[in-house]
Amino acid sequence: MKDISDFILNIIESVMDPEIPVLNVIDLGVIRDVDVVDKHVTIKLTPTYSGCPAMDVIGDDLERAFAAHGYTTQVELIMSPPWTTDWITDRGRRALEEYGIAAPLNETADKDALLNNKKLVKCTNCGSKNTNLVSQFGSTACKAMFQCDDCKEPFDYFKCLK
Amino acid sequence: MKPIKELNPQFLESKENKENLIQYLLGVADNYLILGQRLGELCGHGPNLEPDIAITNISLDLLGQVRSYYQYISQLKGNRTTEDDIAFLRKEREYKNVLLVELPNTDFAYVIARQYFFDVYNLMFLNALQQSADETLRALAFKGIKEASYHERFSGDWLKRLGDGTQESHNKMQQAVNDLWIYTEELFYKTPADQAMIRVGVAPDMDVHKDSYFNKLKDQLTIATLGVPDVPYFQKGGKQGIHSEHMGRILAEMQYMQRTYPGAKW
Repeated sequence: MKDISDFILNIIESVMDPEIPVLNVIDLGVIRDVDVVDKHVTIKLTPTYSGCPAMDVIGDDLERAFAAHGYTTQVELIMSPPWTTDWITDRGRRALEEYGIAAPLNETADKDALLNNKKLVKCTNCGSKNTNLVSQFGSTACKAMFQCDDCKEPFDYFKCLK
Repeated sequence: MKPIKELNPQFLESKENKENLIQYLLGVADNYLILGQRLGELCGHGPNLEPDIAITNISLDLLGQVRSYYQYISQLKGNRTTEDDIAFLRKEREYKNVLLVELPNTDFAYVIARQYFFDVYNLMFLNALQQSADETLRALAFKGIKEASYHERFSGDWLKRLGDGTQESHNKMQQAVNDLWIYTEELFYKTPADQAMIRVGVAPDMDVHKDSYFNKLKDQLTIATLGVPDVPYFQKGGKQGIHSEHMGRILAEMQYMQRTYPGAKW
């Protein structure tokens, strides 16, 4: 991504993932490039999951956020290289955990966790790793459902996508 | 991954090439649309909450993927054709999906058998498509394969759980496998447009993977304690636009809104 002014960055960071309202689009890692010419902003955005309805909303929200400062916006979708959960920033991972969504593990650990072979996903409530997969699919395309066997809290796990 | 062949830069200047590419893309994409629509019917009707959510998630992935293919087709067609026109305004014979994906959701075992037969193929296909000479298709394959591997894990797990479950679930799973088996080979059927795209390296030749496809199904059925059907013939037609009686009903439901209120938008 090119260098952009703090002013522009702040506007972008004010846009949150509509499904995970603690994660801004920079921390989600979907912004590839931003180009500002006079009062027109071109944003290149990588979709997360193909069918994720949040993408359309994010595009609209970006337009709205910039319009409030007198900018017109054009959002372009970039398919290649595809988005990966590795692009979620450390700040984003912390925000997820605090919100009650376990952050994605690395690829191998993720596979073990989702096949329920090993207990690796940490409960977002009590921190125990004594957790169980309830379903590989969750409330949105990017999540799986887990439950903690110690504190009994059900929680979401953000699946590793690589 | 690197493409196997380089595409001639003038490739799309030929009308014939363009039409073949569009027909080829429809043969791929319509499977996602129709299967996505079928799975969407189960929203709120899954056997319990988790599979219900899983099936609709898979449906959403497929519908998301098909949008990218239709956007690509609409770009090739020009004339302000939109992805919605392609999805909603074609006649039955213009849809090029295989028969397998249009078959009804009879019961959960059928849903799983249909899904597994498709997912195994789709994974092999997307894997091979990553080496397409077409840059857009390489990108779509690379993206789609991540989602498709989740799908295959889901349907494969259920195949085993139901096959190697109770006597009742075993019998139902076996019935579904027996009934749907004859629709598997059509996945490998090649239209003249497909053949043209294979020649230029845009499409992978899936014949190479046919044996490993059927070997994988046979292995997994055996693990699931299910018998492997032995049939003397396979059914085909969808890829040529000749569909089963179920197709008209899907289209009636899917196209109703666009045909009643042309141009309707959310």
